[in-house]
Amino acid sequence: MLRVVHYLNQFFAGIGGEEKAETGPQVRDGFLGPGRAIQNALAGRAEIVATVICGDNYFAENIDRASEELVRLLAPFKPDLLIAGPAFAAGRYGIACGAVCQVVRNQMGIPAVTGMHEENPGLDLYRNEIYIIPTEPTARGMNVAIPKMVNLALKLVAKEKIGRPVEEGYFPRGLLVNETSDQTGAERAVSMLLKKLGAQSFESEVPRPNYDQVKPAPRIEDIRRAKIALVTDGGLVPKGNPDEIEMRTATRFGKYALSGVESLRPEDYEVRHMGYDSVFIRQDPNRLVPVDVMRDLEREGVIGKLHEEFYSTTGVANIVETMRRMGQRIAEELKGNGVSGVILTST
Amino acid sequence: MVGSNRIVRGNKIVNPLGNTDLDPQNEKELRRAIVENALQALQTEVAEQTLFDQPM
Repeated sequence: MLRVVHYLNQFFAGIGGEEKAETGPQVRDGFLGPGRAIQNALAGRAEIVATVICGDNYFAENIDRASEELVRLLAPFKPDLLIAGPAFAAGRYGIACGAVCQVVRNQMGIPAVTGMHEENPGLDLYRNEIYIIPTEPTARGMNVAIPKMVNLALKLVAKEKIGRPVEEGYFPRGLLVNETSDQTGAERAVSMLLKKLGAQSFESEVPRPNYDQVKPAPRIEDIRRAKIALVTDGGLVPKGNPDEIEMRTATRFGKYALSGVESLRPEDYEVRHMGYDSVFIRQDPNRLVPVDVMRDLEREGVIGKLHEEFYSTTGVANIVETMRRMGQRIAEELKGNGVSGVILTST
Repeated sequence: MVGSNRIVRGNKIVNPLGNTDLDPQNEKELRRAIVENALQALQTEVAEQTLFDQPM
């Protein structure tokens, strides 16, 4: 019989609510809580041999350590498969489910499946790595989600061919897979157009990127005390491009010291960007990253302070998902450094 | 710019905060005007994507 380990947070394991969210990793024999429904859906094809549990706060505050501890606890059960959650819209739980699935798959080489709501922050963090089944935002969706998770999990463990996300009902993982079709692109496009004109549903072969609507940040109340940072996607980097930022489809950003810098000197910088003619910027980098003017404004007390590093990446032919992750990391770092406003210059 | 809620117009794509037709002093003043407009934008409450235009 196939052996399954199930992951739960402290709430679904019945240990307690927020007051028990610091609970450390632990293991129980057999199934527990939502594990009963999973056991039923497995219908004799597999058995939950153990349930690993961790409190949401413990996990969120020690993601790497908690993952390692959970692997140590569950490995002796020699599972063929891990099922986590489902986490619904619970953010810390979703991140924990994603992390546990990822570490189990990477370290033990067994398939792992979880479920979450489309707005769970764990989705964007782990969707490219693992299989995640869409769920309702709350546990009311348990009975719908679990059979889908179980079916996909059993297919994975049987090493059956996994179809496209729309066929199997998991969140797209950002993979491009070559397929052959007996119709030419023109035929497929016309057929889609006819369906569209006939108000029938169709699936595009090129999904549109998903652009976020970003909620505007509140205004800065007192700019004379605010720390302002400069960020650019114009590809300005120190000579030699120490962070090896790509000239297109960048996956990296750099941050470069401005301490004691009154004005950016052309001999110190170069531009790594194949999307515009950078001659003017190379002549005077302040035309892209206006350090000279910001220093004047700082000296005059118009702003509180210029942040002592500027951030740079290259914005051309970029992947929206990658840029979103970069933007989130830059924003976290800036907020952590007390920056309250950013001027992002773009070419 | 996708997702930006406060947008300030620069001079040119290849030279957002400069203008080589101007002498260095006037060019820096142009740069300062654009930056000041950006600082003004940061101090303005917005509910949606908003363009803060300024005379060039």
